[in-house]
Amino acid sequence: MTRYVLQRLFGMLTVMFTVVTIVFVIVRVAPGDPAAVMLGPDATPADIDVLRVRLGLDQSLPVQYLYFLAQLARGDLGHSIFLDMPVAAALLDRAEPTFFLTVFAILIASAIALPVGIMSAYKRGSFFDQSVTTLTMLAASIPSFWLGLILIQVFAVRFGWFPVAGYGGPDASFLTRMSHLVLPAVALGVVSSALITRFTRASMLDVLNDDYVRTARSKGMGEFRVIMKHAFKNALIPVLTVVGLTAALLVSGAVVTETVFSLPGVGNLVVSAVLRRDYPVIQGALLVIAAIYVLINFGIDLLYLMIDPRVRY
Amino acid sequence: MAMSTPNAGNHPDALADDIVLRADNLRTHFIMGARAAKSVDGVTLTVRRGQTLAVVGESGSGKSVTSLSIMRLLAHPGRIVGGRLLYRMRDGGVVDLATLSDKRMRAIRGKEIAMIFQEPMTSLNPLYTVGDQIMEMIRLHEPVDRHEARTRARRMLELVEIPAPDKRLDQYPHEMSGGMRQRVMIALALACNPALLIADEPTTALDVTIQAQILDLMRRLQREIGMSILFVTHNLGVVAEIAHEVAVMYAGRVVEQAPVHDLFARPRHPYTKGLLACIPDAKRDRADDGTRKMLNPIPGSVPSVLALPAGCAFAPRCPLAEPHCETAPPELLNASPEHLTRCWRHELL
Amino acid sequence: MAAASASSVDSPRISTLILQRKTLAIGLAIIVVITLLAVLAPLIAPYAPGKLSIVNRLKPPSATWFFGTDEFGRDIFSRTIYAGQLSLLVGAAATALAATVGITLGLVAGFFRKADGIVSRIIDAMMAFPDILLAIALVAALGPSLATVIVALGVVYAPRLARVVRASTLVIRELPYVEAARALGVPTWRIMTRHVLRNLVSPILVQATFIFAYAMLAEAGLSFLGVGVSPEIPTWGTMIAAGRQYVGQADWMTIFPGLAIILTVLSLQLVGDGLRDLLDPRLRKDL
Ligand SMILES: Nc1ncnc2c1ncn2[C@@H]1O[C@H](COP(=O)(O)OP(=O)(O)OP(=O)(O)O)[C@@H](O)[C@H]1O
Ligand SMILES: [Mg+2]
Repeated sequence: MTRYVLQRLFGMLTVMFTVVTIVFVIVRVAPGDPAAVMLGPDATPADIDVLRVRLGLDQSLPVQYLYFLAQLARGDLGHSIFLDMPVAAALLDRAEPTFFLTVFAILIASAIALPVGIMSAYKRGSFFDQSVTTLTMLAASIPSFWLGLILIQVFAVRFGWFPVAGYGGPDASFLTRMSHLVLPAVALGVVSSALITRFTRASMLDVLNDDYVRTARSKGMGEFRVIMKHAFKNALIPVLTVVGLTAALLVSGAVVTETVFSLPGVGNLVVSAVLRRDYPVIQGALLVIAAIYVLINFGIDLLYLMIDPRVRY
Repeated sequence: MAMSTPNAGNHPDALADDIVLRADNLRTHFIMGARAAKSVDGVTLTVRRGQTLAVVGESGSGKSVTSLSIMRLLAHPGRIVGGRLLYRMRDGGVVDLATLSDKRMRAIRGKEIAMIFQEPMTSLNPLYTVGDQIMEMIRLHEPVDRHEARTRARRMLELVEIPAPDKRLDQYPHEMSGGMRQRVMIALALACNPALLIADEPTTALDVTIQAQILDLMRRLQREIGMSILFVTHNLGVVAEIAHEVAVMYAGRVVEQAPVHDLFARPRHPYTKGLLACIPDAKRDRADDGTRKMLNPIPGSVPSVLALPAGCAFAPRCPLAEPHCETAPPELLNASPEHLTRCWRHELL
Repeated sequence: MAAASASSVDSPRISTLILQRKTLAIGLAIIVVITLLAVLAPLIAPYAPGKLSIVNRLKPPSATWFFGTDEFGRDIFSRTIYAGQLSLLVGAAATALAATVGITLGLVAGFFRKADGIVSRIIDAMMAFPDILLAIALVAALGPSLATVIVALGVVYAPRLARVVRASTLVIRELPYVEAARALGVPTWRIMTRHVLRNLVSPILVQATFIFAYAMLAEAGLSFLGVGVSPEIPTWGTMIAAGRQYVGQADWMTIFPGLAIILTVLSLQLVGDGLRDLLDPRLRKDL
């Protein structure tokens, strides 16, 4: 068990290290002088030089890399040029809507996907199952930002049930803020439910004919308990893996969905940073989001420990 | 040719007192679109109280499908399409398992009829401890609390001779060997004192020494608990050791049922005769010069359940077959009062 | 088993097989129609895609303008089919790039133990980035243009193919005839191309179809965000972005280009699913 945890921990750290390196490479492949690009065409050569020194761009690449690692090790994600504040602080400022949006979307997606996927596998080949297969494929084809716009048209503009956009202004109560997240979370959740449904169905199909499910039935147990207690728990492991993998997709979707609904989240921050060539912000956001993804998957590896005794050695 | 009287049940609902289960012309098909695999197509057999009926037959002859039909645990698209499965409940009432409602069937599974499966390695849920799985069975059928259920589960493990039962209760299936898991399956099946135990090749997947131990165990348990057993196997050696009666299956039908001694002494179906000839026998198989003779397997092969012949399914391989056999499927005939056979020409044997 | 033998027909013709697979046939039909519409846009489009007509701005769909007009009075139907050219081009080019890079990396990782450690690590790390976010960062680093969007999406999706190719290569390299070829001294690159790649055609084709679909979705997302191709170039994504200002007022501006994306991505997924059924019955795991 300790070995398993250590193995996963080591795996996570190596992936994280590679992530950091990739981010470093991406930002340095930019053609031309990043300092000049960042400051725009009106900058004087003197300004550019000052920025170059500040960013450490006057050093050789290996030195820059070490400098970058040392900085990260101190928990320093760099300094936003445009906002003139630490990147970490800027990200933290924008974390709330993104966090809740992602959580709600996962909840909505799972609330749709798990029952539907289980039922679909259980009723394999039925009209219900075929409809589900078709609908999930359709849902996976819808761009979440487009669905967001349609939801705005219908539920915000026409019916007026939900706010059109924004996050309710600076003094909005928590509840008001959350009400701004309903439509974006639905848009995102529906689109992400497709993948989870398909995986739930597939892994349920894998276990439904397993011998221990038949054993459970042979005890005289009711179907619902057989399915949930014996089959689903065994199907849960692959499903969890997918939910973890979907987390990355979800963040992707969140970036775009935030723009649709003008939510002041991390996605919005990144998009404006791209338009302003605020590289430190892009770099920091990439790092943090990849780190969260890696952490979630590490967490899921630990969850296996709780679910599957075979992993515990 | 003097024909014996067909053993058609004249009083279908009358189940003699000493009979626990009677399958009457059971037919279970796997229906795939327009085609049907007639995996079981005319199984008639009788299990007597406190006795063991061995069901033998080659791989694919429908032994497991018969067992699963009795438990009503057939996997889709399998379905009972005809026949009856009369079962005598412990309270004396007789029910037809083939048509019983799902709800009543659930009350019977585990409590009245329990089953041990062919696959000891995979029949236990890997995510729950052995103790939990046995306790679950007990608590499904009896109003006992966790503590008492655990005590009972522990006693069951002792009964099946698992050492250190307290420790084993908290172990997971993957921590046990195949033989140990099969013992757990037996403990599980017997946890609620079933009147009938269906054991589908409980030892086939195990190695020989473990097989012998498990057989011993089952024999002892039957003596102690007094349950009836339907014991599926394709090993005639095992039959001789454990069974009171034998039913021989071929291509989805029971072709012969008889007390074990009668059957071994004088098989009344050419297929059974062929099977017995396949058992290695040190004396018979030794040629005069002391070298081993070839065994003589039955020539030809089993017909596909997707395309059974119109008449007797064994006719194409049968040394006694005559034109009549190819067209008319034989009914179960009494070769002697206790000896049933599905052969028109059994008197020649 | 019985079911398997029932469906194994003696050397069936490809065409009948395709017709048997409804999904594949439907998907292919839709994608062919969409491609034809895009390619033949100059012949089909009733208006030039950039033709302004301020008096006719924001007109709803009608017999004159099938999909209505936008804020400059441009015909949305004409723009939608013209936009298809670019959207399909980006998707196809990104997929081709992802395939080239991914297959190479996957083969190298699967074949050379020493390279495997590093390449697998990089693949894992690349998959930790959300696809759109990584594409955004790459486009930002390279400077926005049509070419960089293609390169960025190619890089983003290459790891997925690499992973599939690597896993299959690891299996195939242990097959007896591949080991025999190696023992006979057949050069590694020939084993890779002759034996391994040939066995990999089906999984690669299936995966590539899905990547095509994802890449088109991602391109639309980038264009919508305004960090991809220039907003002046009509792609389905930029058209939806333009319609965003007129939600509730001219909904057709967003609805039709969106439906075009959905239909295209859906048909690609149908093709991918159908191909999987057709080429590799073992993978028919109802996914
Ligand atoms: N799920 C199923 N779908 C289709 N056919 C099936 C299915 N299960 C069993 N069959 C068919 O039913 C026939 C009888 O199978 P069964 O498992 O009862 O044989 P068996 O006598 O138990 O053999 P073995 O000794 O190998 O266990 C076989 O021909 C098999 O192909
Ligand atoms: Mg069997």
